[in-house]
Amino acid sequence: MSDLRLMKGNEALAEAAIRAGCKGYFGYPITPQSEILEYLALEGRSRGMVVLQAESEVAAINMVYGGSGAGARVMTSSSSPGISLMQEGLSYIACAELPCLVVNVNRGGPGLGTIQPSQGDYFQSVKGGGHGDYRLLVLAPSSVQEMADFVFDAFDLADKYRTPVLMLADGALGQMMEKVAFREYNPADHVVAKPWATTGKPGTRERNIITSLHIEPEKMEQINLHLQEKYRLIAENETRCEHFHTEDAEYLIVAYGLAARIAKGAVEMARAAGIKAGLLRPVTLFPYPTAAIRRLADMVRGVLVVEMNAGQMVEDVRLAVEGRVQVRFYGRMGGVIPAPDEVLGALEEMVKEHAAQHEEVY
Amino acid sequence: MERQMVRPDPSGLPSVYERPGTLTDTPFHYCPGCGHGVVHRVLMEVVDELGIQEETVGVAPVGCSVFAYNYLDIDMQEAAHGRASAVATAVKRMLPGKYVFSYQGDGDLAAIGTAETIHTANRGENILVLFINNAIYGMTGGQMAPTTLLGMKTTTSPAGRTVETAGFPLKITEMLAMLPGVYYVSRNSVHTPGAVRHLKKAILKSFQYQKENRGTCFIEVVSNCPSGWKMTPLEANKWMEEHMFPLYPPGEIKVPK
Repeated sequence: MSDLRLMKGNEALAEAAIRAGCKGYFGYPITPQSEILEYLALEGRSRGMVVLQAESEVAAINMVYGGSGAGARVMTSSSSPGISLMQEGLSYIACAELPCLVVNVNRGGPGLGTIQPSQGDYFQSVKGGGHGDYRLLVLAPSSVQEMADFVFDAFDLADKYRTPVLMLADGALGQMMEKVAFREYNPADHVVAKPWATTGKPGTRERNIITSLHIEPEKMEQINLHLQEKYRLIAENETRCEHFHTEDAEYLIVAYGLAARIAKGAVEMARAAGIKAGLLRPVTLFPYPTAAIRRLADMVRGVLVVEMNAGQMVEDVRLAVEGRVQVRFYGRMGGVIPAPDEVLGALEEMVKEHAAQHEEVY
Repeated sequence: MERQMVRPDPSGLPSVYERPGTLTDTPFHYCPGCGHGVVHRVLMEVVDELGIQEETVGVAPVGCSVFAYNYLDIDMQEAAHGRASAVATAVKRMLPGKYVFSYQGDGDLAAIGTAETIHTANRGENILVLFINNAIYGMTGGQMAPTTLLGMKTTTSPAGRTVETAGFPLKITEMLAMLPGVYYVSRNSVHTPGAVRHLKKAILKSFQYQKENRGTCFIEVVSNCPSGWKMTPLEANKWMEEHMFPLYPPGEIKVPK
């Protein structure tokens, strides 16, 4: 058993990055994730990592482009406004197929907003965010343990598919302290050959060019088709979700990240009160566990989506449910975290409504 | 590892002038009279003569030289508009043993990428920044650039640039020379054989300094844009001498003590 440590989510993530063999970190301070940069400035540098405090998030994401293009495992992290600044660069990175890890410790928006936790960046994370047809592979941790675990997965997935991977956390996951155990991971066992990297052209191969520019539309369409095929493969192989009491559930909650943790509490409270509730937690937000939700939608009487936003993922749940059952939404915004009893209240309302409709029919 | 440039060709006559081996056999897309082709050639002559093709990684900008990688037979990355020096920073940090350069125009380097340019130089990144200044946005069709001269007509300053609406031409090279992280600053042109030779020496020096980890080397090439300036190549070069050089005088601006 590996040693247990008590760490902040941001620190656990940073420590995992070092252990995952990340060679370059490029970032700009922003609350609530600055501990990542701070931790790496001390620990990362002393353990051989290049840690560069960039002049802006714009520069940082373009450094990630350059460092990844040079063949290295690289990453950046930021919080919502900073991630917005990175969208152009992410689009370039996705098109040039550069593996990297981007971490968004989501805070409440829009605008400068608040430094408190939020899930308001769901659309930006899973629908592209920047210009053009591209996707990020999005992992949504819901504990400090997963803040560490998903870093290893993210780098491996990024290298496997030559694609940027986003970890979408939130301010609470970044700031809270929990026990964490770091997995056994030897970066040398996870090295993927990068014959495309710009490491200097020897006489034995053609020059390598990292670019997203293909001026002929027919060529650009081929690039797009290639990317879409990659996203299809990712959806086929990498979709992840967690089930919690779904096997006999009559009412299903769908929530991710911190909201899923709160929803777990609500599910337990509901079960204690005699409501057969279950939770499906999407772990990957792209690819989305559409099939799993659809299967459950055939079994349950209603679906409640809980998010820390105005209702973003609920659109994907409705697309999965396709009208099989009613889909309700409960959310708090602007950095407010819903309490389990609020979620339970929303669930009980759904149960009541279903009962009322049931009576009307018969 | 110097390469022999002069070699007999099959006709038996000695070849006295040829394409550097690291310049691809691809016709330039640049307009007739444009300086980019000459700068590409000089840069690759240096790479050839130093024998550092395998040790060199370049970063191209957005602008007329966006396709520079079609001509330079080295590993290259194409950066987002303005971000070439940030990209080059990371390439160099990840591959500190390589020679890294960014190749950027005035809009890229001195407008949208000003922050990246200044901070790369201020960190003293061990790279060469090659800055082509023709005082206009060539690729997008001749709009005003940060280095556009006062009174100069462009499609977005149709009556000529005025201080009232657009401020002053930005002398970013002089600004950068003030930064302690910047080791060598040289301003050049490529409109005469002598000027071309001077540029080549400057690039050679910069690669030597890069090898010695001296800090950022910044080489400006004051160039022309016959298409954007609506002049013949000869007129453009004459206009460049008469109007560009007084504000952007060629010469060594910062040399190691």
